Amino acid sequence: MPAPAQRRIIFQHIDEPGYTNDISCYVRHGGYEVLKQAVTRKPEELIDEVKKSGLRGRGGAGFPCGVKWGLVDRKSGKPIYLIVNADESEPGTFKDRYIMHQDPHQLIEGTMISCFANNVRQAYIYIRGEMPHGARILEKAIAEARAANFVGPNILGTNYSCEIFVHRGAGAYICGEETGLIESLEGKRANPRIKPPYFPAVLGLYQCPTIVNNVETLCHVKYIAEHGGAEYAKIGTPGNTGTRIFCVSGHVQRPGYYEFPAGTITMGQLLNDVCGGPLPGRTFKAVIPGGSSAKIMRFGERYKGKRKVGTEMVDYDWGVEDVPMDFDSLGMIGTMGGSGGVIVMDDTVNMVEALANINAFYSHESCGQCTPCREGSLWMKKISSRMVHGQARPEDAALLKSVADQIPGRTICAFGEACSWPTQSFIAKFGDEFKQYSETKKTAKPADAVALI
Amino acid sequence: MIATAKPDLVTVNIDGQEIAVPKGTNVIEAARLVNVDVPHYCYHPKLTIVGNCRMCLIEMGMPAVDPATKAPVMDPATGKQKINWIPRPQIGCGTNVSPGLHVRTTTPMVKDAREGVMEFLLINHPLDCPICDQAGECKLQEQATGYGRGYSRFIEDKNVKPKRTQLGPRVTLDDERCILCSRCIRFSKEIAKDDVLGFVDRGSYSTLTCFPGKKLENNYSLNTVDICPVGALTSTDFRFKMRVWFLKQTNAIDPESSVGANTVVWSREGTIYRITPRRNDEVNDTWMADSGRVLFKAVQAPDRLSAVKINGTDSAFDIAINAAAELFKANAGAIAVVGSGRSTVEEQFLAKQLATALKAPSYLVSRVGEGDKLLVSADRNPNVRGALVTGLIRTLPSAKLVDLGAQIDAGKIKVVVTLGEDLAAAGLNAGQLAKISVIVLGTHANSMAGGAAVVFPTLTAFEKSGTFVNQQFRIQKFLKAVPPIAGATDDLIVLAKLVGAAGGATLPTEVYALWKSIAAAVPALATTTFANLPETGQLLDATPFSALPFVEGETLHYKPAQPVVAAANA
Repeated sequence: MPAPAQRRIIFQHIDEPGYTNDISCYVRHGGYEVLKQAVTRKPEELIDEVKKSGLRGRGGAGFPCGVKWGLVDRKSGKPIYLIVNADESEPGTFKDRYIMHQDPHQLIEGTMISCFANNVRQAYIYIRGEMPHGARILEKAIAEARAANFVGPNILGTNYSCEIFVHRGAGAYICGEETGLIESLEGKRANPRIKPPYFPAVLGLYQCPTIVNNVETLCHVKYIAEHGGAEYAKIGTPGNTGTRIFCVSGHVQRPGYYEFPAGTITMGQLLNDVCGGPLPGRTFKAVIPGGSSAKIMRFGERYKGKRKVGTEMVDYDWGVEDVPMDFDSLGMIGTMGGSGGVIVMDDTVNMVEALANINAFYSHESCGQCTPCREGSLWMKKISSRMVHGQARPEDAALLKSVADQIPGRTICAFGEACSWPTQSFIAKFGDEFKQYSETKKTAKPADAVALI
Repeated sequence: MIATAKPDLVTVNIDGQEIAVPKGTNVIEAARLVNVDVPHYCYHPKLTIVGNCRMCLIEMGMPAVDPATKAPVMDPATGKQKINWIPRPQIGCGTNVSPGLHVRTTTPMVKDAREGVMEFLLINHPLDCPICDQAGECKLQEQATGYGRGYSRFIEDKNVKPKRTQLGPRVTLDDERCILCSRCIRFSKEIAKDDVLGFVDRGSYSTLTCFPGKKLENNYSLNTVDICPVGALTSTDFRFKMRVWFLKQTNAIDPESSVGANTVVWSREGTIYRITPRRNDEVNDTWMADSGRVLFKAVQAPDRLSAVKINGTDSAFDIAINAAAELFKANAGAIAVVGSGRSTVEEQFLAKQLATALKAPSYLVSRVGEGDKLLVSADRNPNVRGALVTGLIRTLPSAKLVDLGAQIDAGKIKVVVTLGEDLAAAGLNAGQLAKISVIVLGTHANSMAGGAAVVFPTLTAFEKSGTFVNQQFRIQKFLKAVPPIAGATDDLIVLAKLVGAAGGATLPTEVYALWKSIAAAVPALATTTFANLPETGQLLDATPFSALPFVEGETLHYKPAQPVVAAANA
């Protein structure tokens, strides 16, 4: 079955020749019309539209956005903050950066609509420290929008005022975790908070109710405000509405970003039809479907079970190529849709070396607050680094798995899962390669091989 | 079934035992009440909860209710309400009780979680217990016994971090031993209000350090050593002096101010090695000031008085008592007693008996400094209120004995008995001192002891038992930690003999027996005995003294009854 056509609603203008990131270009393309219309509506109506749309957060967890907004404590009398999570750090993910670099006003418009809907008077864009260029673009865009009265006091002649500030991170993956982000925004170390009691919807930034949404999510809100929640829900599949942006990287012919209605495209279609298949003379070996922390899938394996279609339970028997790329299907087969970063590896990749790379990343990014993640991530990195540096032992596979098993579910934030799932899944799927690595290492490497961590 | 709880109590089930605990109690504290130990490192009852060590993971469940009808779902097998167990372990420190909460601490999941955390904590720990000062009181050691693997699977290089860092004048840090629980950071910030500690770097390389240009040098810095669950923070003074398991622990009271912080004195073979705080939630929580921890050094100080002297010549105890008796007889009606706010209630009681027998006026000398709003109050005498309760004084003392000086000038006072107070420092001039004979009961050399008619070397607070009444009018007892130095006599014996020499009744010289006399003579203490005084003290009725302008400002667990008047003669 050929792949469906792309449907670009968020990436509509990305890499469009002649499209620039200034406000006049955005307005020329119909920009801020949605905001103008939104401020004439009741905020509750807008929240309702988002609830109806079934929009799920695009940061990685896929939590329903309407539900998140519904949890906000609106009776405390404290100000409500909205934070745009632009700390896109998950390896393999590069969608938010495109939006901020090439279409920043789309984000600002979505943010302002969301702020208006939630009676937010102050919003922050927390942008990853490694994206200084993006921060400059956003600051310029906010200034332009402010000059045009789309942001700031009494926007568009209403009595509604809202400011947006850009805050740059200092370069840490954990700042993308929402409570870590809040701590960082407050000027502290980005140590994620314990939940309970610190659910951001009740006790967030400065102990006030806070909404933290991903960049892409807020752009979807703009689309929802324009077309209505019901209309939006028609895109994609039930439970996985709207479009999904995939950032494909690694060993395919045409890596890049692709936007499809959620759940309408399978992994095989995405990799073979859309991305042009493996590089010449190679075959696919494995793919990580949702950012480096998602569990890896091995080409050739089968996923079997029952799933709900409509009201009926039907059997499924999928290969990797058959899996629909939506939150629920990927979750069902034991991995996740995550942030949409699809990382493809072909037969030239040694999985021990790939894991050593991932482990090096996570051990470097653990905040160090709670024990299992702090110690476990570095231990796994030390083991896998030792293996690739020629001192692998046959028992290391079992040790790695055992260490990884002691982490998830026992940590303050989801980083425990993020750092242990790669090891768990790599060993579950490619255990032989780990057991035999001490032998593999004896084979000479090509001279142009990439240096290992 | 869950029993109906009282309004402010919540009934929970911990490992099958039901217990009603106050709302807001966390699982660790609730479990403690049913003798279930939930191991932990970062949790401290007096600090905020961060939940970072993950050692206190427990399995938790709530009674099942039908989502539609809200009716309890029963388990046919047991006939009890079904429990929905949460599949992920939860932290005991951060989980507060709620009605019907069920907790399991003995399941494989909990065991596995604890063993996992334990192993992680040990992989980068230097395991240098043989040379570590914390050995014997190290939580890591204790819990490794219960939850450790017994061997190491870690063959990599351990992290290298700074060793022997001086965080301040009294605290030494070994970063490799640190398990990053952040107790010290939270203490400095929340209790000492001196935010100088923090972590730098991240992940397993996180390192405890002082902020640039800052030092951990506040007067509470050693509390970080007490609460450090491992050997990372050690006391520079106590380090390498003695293994803690050789030390005898004696309950005591910090005598440095009227706060009366509860303490433990650690000694071996008559030598004191350190003083640490003892928990009293009504007085000092689990803290004490650094300044109170070095007071034991006075016991072995070179200027200790150790010889009975008459007019500067060594003598014997009984001869000295006779000499005092002669002075009393020769100067009947011209004698004054200067008591001390540092004396125990028992000594003040005897001083009062002495004053009564001699028909002598009695005085006290105040010591007022600045309170630090925490555990050192403005009144640096630990027991001024004891003197009030025993009737030794009726008004608050002043720093200078102006009235006594006037009496001496007028020739009305010729003999002064002083209980450790330096009369020159208390305002008597050389001319006045020259006119009187002084009987000194004292521990350390001062300007008095040299020219005194009679000197009785007595005991420091560490060598005797007794009670102090603190600023809350809480009477608290302390026990003898070490035997007295040679040559010194218990104040009670000296005072009782002097009462006898003054023609008074024969009184007991031992604290337990003496309390019978005290209870009989002092109505406020009528039902108290030394033996039955609780470890955390007993509040006395303060109303008879409510009109007195006490000098203390607010401190931990103490609010002055009335606005503080300008410190008397400060």
